[in-house]
Amino acid sequence: MIFSDHLLTVITFLPTLGALLLLFVGGRDEAANRLARYIALGVTVVTAALSLWLWYKFDPTNTGFQFVENYGWSDSIGYRMGVDGISVLFIPLTAVLMPAVILSSFGSITKRVKEYLIVFLILETFMIGAFATLDLAMFYVFFEGTLIPMFLIIGIWGGARRIQATYKFFFYSFTGTVLMLIAIMAMFWQADTLDIQKLLAFKFPPELQTWLWIGFFASFAVKMPMWPFHRWLPEAHVEAPTGGSVILAAILLKLGGYGFIRFSISMFPDASHQFANFVFVLSIAAIIITSLVALVQTDIKKLIAYSSVAHMGFVTMGIFTGNIYGIHGAIFQMISHGIVSAALFFCVGVVYDRMHTREIDAYGGLVSPMPRYAVVFMVFTMANVGLPGTSGFVGEFLTMLAAFQANTWVAFFAAFGVILSAAYALWLYRRVIFGAFTKESLKGILDLDRREAIVLVPLVLLTILFGFYPAPILDATAASVNLVAENFANAIGAAPQAVAAATGH
Amino acid sequence: MLSDVTSFASLAPAYPELLLAVGAIVVLLVSLFWKGISSTAVSIVAIVLLLVVLAMLLLQPATGVLFNGVFIVDGFARYMKALVLGGAAATLLISLSSAKEHGIDKFEYAVLVLLATLGMMIMVSANDLMTLYIGLELQSLALYVVAAMKREDKKATEAGIKYFVLGALSSGMLLYGASLVYGFTGTTQIDQIVTAITLDSRSIGLIFGMVFLLAGIAFKISAVPFHMWTPDVYEGAPTPVTAFFAAAPKVAAMALFIRVSTVSFAPITHDWQQIVIFLSIASMVLAAFAAIGQNNLKRLLAYSSIGHVGFALVGLSAGTQVGVEGVAVYMAIYIAMTVGIFACVLALRTENGPVETITELAGLAQKRPFVAAVIAILMFSLIGLPPLAGFFAKWQVFLAAVEQNLFLLAVIGVLASAVSAFYYLRIVKVMYFDEPVAEFAAVPGELNVVMAGIGFLIVAYFVTVGSPLTAAAQLAAGSLF
Repeated sequence: MIFSDHLLTVITFLPTLGALLLLFVGGRDEAANRLARYIALGVTVVTAALSLWLWYKFDPTNTGFQFVENYGWSDSIGYRMGVDGISVLFIPLTAVLMPAVILSSFGSITKRVKEYLIVFLILETFMIGAFATLDLAMFYVFFEGTLIPMFLIIGIWGGARRIQATYKFFFYSFTGTVLMLIAIMAMFWQADTLDIQKLLAFKFPPELQTWLWIGFFASFAVKMPMWPFHRWLPEAHVEAPTGGSVILAAILLKLGGYGFIRFSISMFPDASHQFANFVFVLSIAAIIITSLVALVQTDIKKLIAYSSVAHMGFVTMGIFTGNIYGIHGAIFQMISHGIVSAALFFCVGVVYDRMHTREIDAYGGLVSPMPRYAVVFMVFTMANVGLPGTSGFVGEFLTMLAAFQANTWVAFFAAFGVILSAAYALWLYRRVIFGAFTKESLKGILDLDRREAIVLVPLVLLTILFGFYPAPILDATAASVNLVAENFANAIGAAPQAVAAATGH
Repeated sequence: MLSDVTSFASLAPAYPELLLAVGAIVVLLVSLFWKGISSTAVSIVAIVLLLVVLAMLLLQPATGVLFNGVFIVDGFARYMKALVLGGAAATLLISLSSAKEHGIDKFEYAVLVLLATLGMMIMVSANDLMTLYIGLELQSLALYVVAAMKREDKKATEAGIKYFVLGALSSGMLLYGASLVYGFTGTTQIDQIVTAITLDSRSIGLIFGMVFLLAGIAFKISAVPFHMWTPDVYEGAPTPVTAFFAAAPKVAAMALFIRVSTVSFAPITHDWQQIVIFLSIASMVLAAFAAIGQNNLKRLLAYSSIGHVGFALVGLSAGTQVGVEGVAVYMAIYIAMTVGIFACVLALRTENGPVETITELAGLAQKRPFVAAVIAILMFSLIGLPPLAGFFAKWQVFLAAVEQNLFLLAVIGVLASAVSAFYYLRIVKVMYFDEPVAEFAAVPGELNVVMAGIGFLIVAYFVTVGSPLTAAAQLAAGSLF
């Protein structure tokens, strides 16, 4: 058995092993909590290192799947792992954010520490597994499995209205996902396999594609979330503890985008083409409407949550243009948003831990007592706006470029999103960081401590690095994205011509 | 007619039943004449007896048809009997520690459970409408008494009478249906009914008979609209008895349902399929909505079991081998989850006595983290969330339905499971999100073992028992087609 042959399995299940280890940490005193925290941190750091190694060993010129493991189980379900350019980057993204999440909980989570760490480690297994698996049923298992830990995270460690928030999160996700389950089963009987590699090569009949597309859309549109299926997201974000919000925004939403690229575009190209305009309308609605909604929020977390929905609008818009720029931009935007939104929620967590309020009005003038915090927050605000030189720019630019090619009006309306995001993000920054430092309650607030700096500074560096030098991400994905776009163009190639002939152009 | 039993050895396929029958009578006589024998000892002997019978069943793969064709032992019967025996033994085990408190610390309890189990085994092996009835009645009569065992308790007595009256009604319907089927096909033997139907095209009288027959069995598996007795009986009967009701008899009746429909009515599959689809949808939907308002744990579990029968019937609706395989897997996982959840319920007691309502579970996660974790795992599994066993159970049955293009049924089914998630999650919510109000007593050792074992199997289903269980179910289903 060669280690690198099972690298994906190791990365996926190492966190679960860590969780099992934590079960044996006895006692509920401070010493036990400390031990549990360091075990969890150690496990996630090792996982992150392995995932970076995976990225390093990944051959970007190969369009096929790499690190493949394939074992049958029953007639239908099998244990299959493998990554290509579409999925490979999400694994390091997940694995690198986890140590930050664990580290950020050191100060803020004081009750049921061990349970907190266990559910987060299990959640990490599900998230990485969803990106790494090559079996459709196992994808469902990992994808849906994330509901259990997330339900508990929001429900146990959440804020005052946590129960409503966690129920809403659960039911939106579950209802969408079970419809995907039926579609998966229909695919199995059609193609007689659940191996994603074989399914990608299988041509589903166009009428069936429509139904399958709808089944998958129900699940991913909720996960993404697309307007108007986003109602669960602001509440879940607001009530979740910092770590929960970070994972939700940075990774779980990406499962939807990943699903759209891997399944909707690649397996149902005809249906995707047919529904493209529908998706564009929803994406534009998300970009404009949720940006406007973000403007009037009084809760910092809610504002960032709505801005996430708007940014995901760019992703769906890019994906369904079906061209290289669009899909490339969508993946870049997802990685970038993963870093930036995670960082923004960490930033909110920093002030929340000190003041225990998320109301924008409670803050103001933080630049004088917290200069370092002000700088960090500014970088992420700018990245959220999409300022050139930050990672936020590249993805938005590419997706707009693609939209322009596909449909000028879509690009025209999407551009409003850029303006509006500048409006709400800068205004938020002004109200929290600038202004007079007069509030009595804020006196004595401390700047970033060392632990918080360790969490945030690497994210600052990554944001700026990918802004100036996006090549590591774009190179790793290029070959696979080309293949997806090519297959999509080939599959729908016949359709536009037929329409053109019928209308006499 | 000459008997086909020529020697004792030719009875081999029926050895497990014979051993159980003789064993039950011996246990009865010994307990009767040995004054002062404790009921716990009798229960342990009964558990050992059930396990010996189970081992015998598993180790001795004798199959065949006996007693001039009225008794059949095939792969399907062996699989279902193993579930019945396992379920009966496990429910006896989890009731050991609380027998006294629930008023069932009498040796008759174990004996009646043994006799009921014998009845179930005969049901599973029935190859003739008469054997079917004998098995069913042996089971039912024992269960009626067990339900009302706590004589001085009004609720238990009421439960016993309700169960008896409705059970007798259903038996009557079943008999009426059987008589019609006999009248229109000229035979009572299940595998000969098939040939009679093929020769003589389906007649309205036969359909009538089939409907009554299936309605009678639907009573026993408590599928909607024949479910009325279930919540009342589950609530009224002592909790260990409820655990027994929810586990083994369901499997036996389901096995009967499958055999009668797929074997004897194979040529008119389309006709019974409609009935099963209706029962399935009605059970899933009604249970999902009716359980939401329940605060009594046992009533909630009653509705939950009705819902799960609905889900299992989704597999049977397909009317195919894949479907039966799905039901077989579903029943195995269902029995494990049921035993697990009742072990948890029996393990919990506050200073006010055993826990009966959901609100009493408040803050359990902080007081008894282990029990709470097992209940949470079981709840998530009952919802059908992966990677727990409950998901794979649902996967198998829905896969069969989708194969037959029963999309409407499948979509209604999964949406019903989304609704049912609401009440299962409520238990998790109360245990984990609410603050504790009461202290819980220590958990008896054997219950800890049962809970840990079942919790482990549910979580690790995919990597442990999943593959062999599916293979066994496939083999079992294969013997019917």
